[in-house]
Amino acid sequence: MSEQPSVPDIKEPATSAAGDSIPVVPLKHPVRLALAIVLILVALSAAWDVAVNERYRWDIVVSYLFAPQILAGAGLTLLLTVVSMTVGIALGTLLAIMRLSDNPILSTISRGYIWFFRGTPLLVQLIFWYNIAALYPVIAFGLPFEGPSVVLGSANVLISPLGAALLGLSLNEAAYMAEIIRGGIGSVDKGQYDAARALGMSGGKLMNRVILPQAMRVVLPPTGNQVISMLKGTSLVSVLAISDLLYSAQIIYANNYQTIPLLIVASLWYLLMTTVLSFFQNKLERRYGRGFDSAPRRIRKPKTRTA
Amino acid sequence: MTTAMVEARGVRKNFGVIEILKGIDLRVEKGSVTCLIGPSGSGKTTFLRCINHLEKVDAGRLYVDEHLVGYAERNGKLYEMKERQTARSRLNAGMVFQRFNLFPHMTVLENIIEAPVHVLGRPRREVVVEAQALLDRVGLGNRGHSYPQELSGGQQQRIAIARALAMKPKLMLFDEPTSALDPELVGEVLDVMKSLAEAGMTMVVVTHELGFARQVADQVVFMDGGVVVESGPPEEVLDNPRQERTKAFLSKVL
Repeated sequence: MSEQPSVPDIKEPATSAAGDSIPVVPLKHPVRLALAIVLILVALSAAWDVAVNERYRWDIVVSYLFAPQILAGAGLTLLLTVVSMTVGIALGTLLAIMRLSDNPILSTISRGYIWFFRGTPLLVQLIFWYNIAALYPVIAFGLPFEGPSVVLGSANVLISPLGAALLGLSLNEAAYMAEIIRGGIGSVDKGQYDAARALGMSGGKLMNRVILPQAMRVVLPPTGNQVISMLKGTSLVSVLAISDLLYSAQIIYANNYQTIPLLIVASLWYLLMTTVLSFFQNKLERRYGRGFDSAPRRIRKPKTRTA
Repeated sequence: MTTAMVEARGVRKNFGVIEILKGIDLRVEKGSVTCLIGPSGSGKTTFLRCINHLEKVDAGRLYVDEHLVGYAERNGKLYEMKERQTARSRLNAGMVFQRFNLFPHMTVLENIIEAPVHVLGRPRREVVVEAQALLDRVGLGNRGHSYPQELSGGQQQRIAIARALAMKPKLMLFDEPTSALDPELVGEVLDVMKSLAEAGMTMVVVTHELGFARQVADQVVFMDGGVVVESGPPEEVLDNPRQERTKAFLSKVL
């Protein structure tokens, strides 16, 4: 510890020597305080109004909050999000590495993929995959240009509405994740490649052990955004008649006409899920921020400072 | 004839149309210390990176421990090595960089054991013991669990030296190891390098520290414009240079 260089501590006031203390009077912020009080009053009155306004029908909200149909919808929404994000991140990483490749064919293919899937609406892509059987009634594995092939089955059977939804969401997400991950990889200092190579690393090991863990720090915050917008974006799949959270709520209020209470039910579940996901995002960010940010320390302002 | 650790014959290197190295001939004997000096842009760093094949040699031959660097010679042709083979061949040389290039997401100890464990596949427990000994050797025995960012530049560079030594290289390459340091931190890094030289390590050092070169080097090589202008023992090159360009350079930096 003795070798720790003394950081020039400019915040320390120049006090006379020998440990005497000087009382510090903190600066007052009257305008800030007044504004805070006003905002608290506004927030409280709004909350009060929401609580007592009978037309919100909180009794209906509560009765449907744990309805089996809603729970199943929330589960499906979560499933769609987790699977699409996982596939999207894996494929996106591959696309990002291809995009950064020295080989012009690989990087052009990656660029083309990103161009296409970011440039067309997700809704169109979802409907396209849903109707893929119209273009390709039979799905088969085989050699190109009419070569021999193995028939896997009818497209209508293989690509169910859920399959179409997962395909559409994953492939679309991969394009966005590719750009995010490319940015993360680009943010890693070139000296890190030199150092890793000089230690005998190459290829996958260099990427996995040195570059990607550092890219994570830059990749995580926008990825958190993507997860949250994916969670809510999955509501688009209701066009494929998949009973996700929103679609389940819609089915119920189509019958009982309690539109607002059921939308509140759905929103509460969306809020809960995004909150939980944000919590994990925070943990991950802290995990991958190690060694970059100084450890988060809470410094209490002391009333007096000793020199 | 003794065998050289590094032998360069007519090494050339271009970046696009600019010729950085215009035919370098150089021998580094085993167990000797060679200091490369010269103005910036003279090709010192590029040559050092060629020794480790971080840069490809465009023409000429470069041997490290009698093995051609980065190429395999068969039937009078040079075949470029695969990345994995090149990576293997780099294990002969340890390299220390101007900007340290420690892995910021790993602790000091993890930095040092990373390559022995994950490249050489050695047992972690054994490597940790060696790493601790290396940390003690560079005077940072109690810093194993710090992150690089928490250390001063001089400390980081000493860790970088320990990290390179953990691979038990036959040769150590230093690329301006003290240029990014505050003046008062230069000494601690040079001390570690001196003790390394005394222990008989073969070293090639690109440096602006002429005092270090005079004290430690067996051979000083003055480069300018992509060629070796003059080389020899420090008392010849630094104190009685024969070439005008060497004299002009030394008069500016001394």
